Amino acid sequence: MKQLMLGNKAIARGLYEAGVCFVSSYPGTPSTEITEEAAKFDEIYCEWAPNEKVALESAFGASLAGRRAFCGQKHVGLNVAADPLFTMAYTGVNAGLVIVVADDAGMHSSQNEQDSRHYAIAAKVPMLEPSDSAEALEFTKLAYEISELFDTPVIIKMCTRVAHSQSVVEIGERVVPEKSYEKDIAKYVMMPGNAKKRHPIVEARMKNLIEYAEKTPINRAEIFSGEIGIITSSTSYQYVKEVFGDSVSVLKLGMVNPLPPELIKDFASKVKRLVVVEELDAVIENFVKSLGIKVEGKNILPVIDEFSQNLIAKSFGKEVTAGVTVEDKIPARPPVMCAGCPHRGLFYSLKKRNCTVLGDIGCYTLGAVPPLSTIELTLCMGASIGATHGFNKILGEKSEGKTVAVIGDSTFMHSGMTGLANVAYNQSNSTVIILDNSITGMTGHQQNPTTGFNIKGDPAGKINLEELVKAMGIKRVRVVDPYNLKECDAAIKEELAAAEPSVIISRRPCALLKYVKHKPPLAVDAEKCIGCKSCMKIGCPAISMKDGKAFVDATQCVGCGVCSQLCPKKAFMSTEA
Amino acid sequence: METKNIIIVGVGGQGSLLASKILGHLLMNQGYDVKVSEVHGMSQRGGSVITYVRFGDKVYSPVVDKGEADFIVSFEILETARWLDCLKAGGQIVTNTQQIDPMPVITGAARYPENLVEKMRAQGLKVDAMDCLSLARQAGSQKAVNIVLLGRLSHYFDIPEDAWQESLKANVPPKFLELNKKAFELGKHFIS
Repeated sequence: MKQLMLGNKAIARGLYEAGVCFVSSYPGTPSTEITEEAAKFDEIYCEWAPNEKVALESAFGASLAGRRAFCGQKHVGLNVAADPLFTMAYTGVNAGLVIVVADDAGMHSSQNEQDSRHYAIAAKVPMLEPSDSAEALEFTKLAYEISELFDTPVIIKMCTRVAHSQSVVEIGERVVPEKSYEKDIAKYVMMPGNAKKRHPIVEARMKNLIEYAEKTPINRAEIFSGEIGIITSSTSYQYVKEVFGDSVSVLKLGMVNPLPPELIKDFASKVKRLVVVEELDAVIENFVKSLGIKVEGKNILPVIDEFSQNLIAKSFGKEVTAGVTVEDKIPARPPVMCAGCPHRGLFYSLKKRNCTVLGDIGCYTLGAVPPLSTIELTLCMGASIGATHGFNKILGEKSEGKTVAVIGDSTFMHSGMTGLANVAYNQSNSTVIILDNSITGMTGHQQNPTTGFNIKGDPAGKINLEELVKAMGIKRVRVVDPYNLKECDAAIKEELAAAEPSVIISRRPCALLKYVKHKPPLAVDAEKCIGCKSCMKIGCPAISMKDGKAFVDATQCVGCGVCSQLCPKKAFMSTEA
Repeated sequence: METKNIIIVGVGGQGSLLASKILGHLLMNQGYDVKVSEVHGMSQRGGSVITYVRFGDKVYSPVVDKGEADFIVSFEILETARWLDCLKAGGQIVTNTQQIDPMPVITGAARYPENLVEKMRAQGLKVDAMDCLSLARQAGSQKAVNIVLLGRLSHYFDIPEDAWQESLKANVPPKFLELNKKAFELGKHFIS
C-alpha cells in the first residue's frame, strides 16, 4: 500500500517492520518524530530517556538481551551518546542495534552545523544515508541486517530535508527475529586485556564492510554521460537529479561509511569531469582524493548551510531565475516566546535587575532576542550551570550577586544535574533558576522524568525537583510563579544576595499545553492608556501600539496578565462577560 | 506532467502543517508523485515558516527555490511579500490579508510595509487576496484560516470537489469536520 510519509515516520515504520522491540531516545529537532511515531505501535516498547547517553546504553542493553533495539537523536545528541558508541563498536551487538543521527544543515533548530559522518569514521561503524522517505524505510530494515551480519551497531544519518519531508513509501509486514542472551565476558567486558583483542576484530570488520559497500545495491552508478560524473548522497542526490535529470552520470551512495574505493575508481574512469556534491564537510571528496583521483567539490560548493537546486545549478554555471520582490524593506520575523509563555515574566525580572544570565538549550533561548535581550550565553545542554560555576569562581563577589544560570526542567534532567552537583560539591556561590514548564517544550511537547507521565501519556515515575536539589545539598530552594512579577523579583533579589548556592524553581506549565486553561483575552481601555509603552518591555507578540495606544491582539492573548502588572494606569481589562 | 510547485507561508503556529498534509494527501490520491517539506522546531515559535508542496510524474527535490512556485498560499500578507521571490513568472498568489506584527515592528525597530496587495498587483502579479480570518470566524473558529485558504486554492485546480472533501475528512478530527467543510466552502466561493 502506498502512503505519503514523513521521513522520520518512515524510519519508525522501518523499525516496526524490522521487528524492533525496544526504542529509547531523547527528543531533538529534526529527529523527534521517529520515536513519537514508533510509540504509536503497541508492539514496540518506546521511552524518552533523560539524555542520549542513557538512551543509547538502554538500547544496547535491549540488544544484549536479544531483541532488535533503536536509539534516535539529533547531531548534537550523538555528542552526548558518543562515549558508549565508540566502545560498542568493540563489543559488537547481540540482536541488531541501529542508531539514527539527524543532522541540521542550515541550522533550522540547532546551535551548530556539525557533520555527523565524522562519528561513523571515528567510531568505525557503518553509516547509511537515505535520500527520501522510501529509502528511510528500506535502509532501516537493511541496517538491522547489516548490524546482525557484521556484529556491529549501524548508524543511519538523516538530515532536516529528509527527516521533515514527506514522500511516497510502500509499506510491508512486521517480522520479529529473536536471539537469546549468552554470557561472553571476552566480548562484552571492555577492560584493556579484552579490548586489545577486540580492536583487531573491529579493523577486520571494517575491511569486510568495504567489500560489502562495493557490492550493495544501495550504492549505485547511474551512467548517462561520459562528460560529467557526480558522486552524491542524501538530499543532495535529489537536488542533483532535479537540476540535471538524466543528463549527467551519478554515483549515488546509500552507504557513506565505509566508502567503496573500487566502485568510485570505476565510476571516475567513465567520466571526464568528476564532482562530489555533499552538504557540509568534504568527507567523500577527501576520500576520493586519497585514492589519487582528480575530483572537484568544495572548490565550487559551500561547506556552510544546506543546498538547494538553484545553488547546485549556479555552482555548475547554469542560469537561475531571480524571482520578483516588492520595493519595501521586509522586516524580519524571528521566532519569539509565545503569548502567555511562563518564561516571559521571569526574564523581565532578570532584565530589570540587570542580571548576567547564562542560558541553556530550549524555548527560553528566545530570552536572548529583543526586547528582553537577557541571555548572554547558550552553548549546549546543561552548560548554563557549569559555566555559571566557573564564572563565579573567577569573578567572586563581582558576579555572584548578579549572575544566574537558567535551565529548563527537561534540560536539567538531561545534563544540568551533574552541573548542580559540581556547584554543591565545590561550593560556588551560584544561583540556578530551573524554568519548570512541566514539559520538553521546543521539540514539541515530550514528557520527561519530572512530568509524571511516559511517552504514551500514561502515569509514570515523577522526580520531585525540590527534593532532588535539596538531596544534593542545596539548602536554599524556593518555588515561584513566573506570572507573578513581584514574587519573581523578590526571589531573584534574595537568592542573589544569599551567601551560598541557591535554586529558584520558576513553575508554570507551557501555555501551549492542551490541559492548560486560559483566561479570556485582555483588552486595553484607550481612555486610560497613556501610551507609555511599559507593557511593550516584555516583548509579547500579542501587544502592539496602534495610534499611540497599546493594542491587544485577541487572537493571540491568553490573559496571563503579566502586561497588566506593568501598566501604571491599570488600562488592561478582562473581556470576560 | 512537469512538476508543479506550491509554497505555503505564514507565521509559526498558524496551521500550515495541516494545510500541507491535506494537500499532499489529495495530490497523492490523484496519482501524482508528491513531496512535502516542512520545518519543525525553533521556527514554529512565531517565526516565519514555509512549507513546500511539489507534485508531478516524478519529483526529486523536496524544496521549491526562487522563481519556481506556481502558487504562493499565504496566511499573512507580510509573509507573502517575504517569499515573493519564490513565485514563477505568471504564478498565482492566494493570500490572507491578515497582518501580524513581527517583533521588530512591535519594538519599533522596523515598520510594517503598507498596501502590499496593491503594490504586488501594480507589478502585474496575480493576487487573490481575502480576509480569511473573518471567513474562518464565520465558519466557527479562527483556527480554520488554513481551510479557508485551501478552499480558495481549490478554485485553481482541476480536481473534483469530492476528492478535496475526502482529503479533508481523512485529515481533520471528526468533531471539527463540519466546521472545516464550511470554512472550505466559504473560501472556495468567496467573491473578491
